[in-house]
Amino acid sequence: MNVRVKLFALTQDLAGTSEVSLELAPPVTIAAIRLALAEAAPALGPILPSCAFAVDNEYSTNATEVRDQAEIACLPPVSGG
Amino acid sequence: MIELTEAPIDAEQIRLAVSSPQCGAIVLFLGTTRQFTDAKETLTLTYTAYAPMAQSQMEKLAAQAQARWPVEKCAIVHRLGEVPIGEASVAVAVSSPHRRDAFEAASWLMDRLKELVPVWKKEHWAQGGTDWVHPGLFPSQDDNGVQ
Repeated sequence: MNVRVKLFALTQDLAGTSEVSLELAPPVTIAAIRLALAEAAPALGPILPSCAFAVDNEYSTNATEVRDQAEIACLPPVSGG
Repeated sequence: MIELTEAPIDAEQIRLAVSSPQCGAIVLFLGTTRQFTDAKETLTLTYTAYAPMAQSQMEKLAAQAQARWPVEKCAIVHRLGEVPIGEASVAVAVSSPHRRDAFEAASWLMDRLKELVPVWKKEHWAQGGTDWVHPGLFPSQDDNGVQ
């Protein structure tokens, strides 16, 4: 299953791209996406444990299962306001 | 009025958006960009967002505030792009029949916004260089803001 992960702010700068495409065997969880993302973009490794993930605009947990075509985002700690 | 905008925030427009004859209180909070972070001087800030999620999270927070307090109307506006020093980057406004609820709801909304709404800011330092602000990501930074 193809999963595209959107990146923002520092994660985007470190990876040098706004989106990373991953190929994963289902069932795909956020935990699996974290591991695959760290391999695909090693520069993200040190900060990924501090990043949250969103699935279709909702915060997820590591156990969240991702359906095909879902929109996945990697969210470094937010600093709005 | 729940929105992300690249335009300067118009406080009067936000006040009007929450104004109601049922309400004896309007609390309007403006978060403004600050020149100094400790001794370090900022020239300007740039805000970026995961826009669809930021919008839906702000709408959800407004609904939660209205469920929790007798809040008549709620407005949340976050500015994106470059925000010069001293200008508002965020506005939260709440109207309610009585003032205590409006103060509490507005304060709660700002706290939750800073925890949950996917918006990020980048500091452009007077001494040169830039840094993304990611609270809790790094324990310390050196004087150049370089890891």
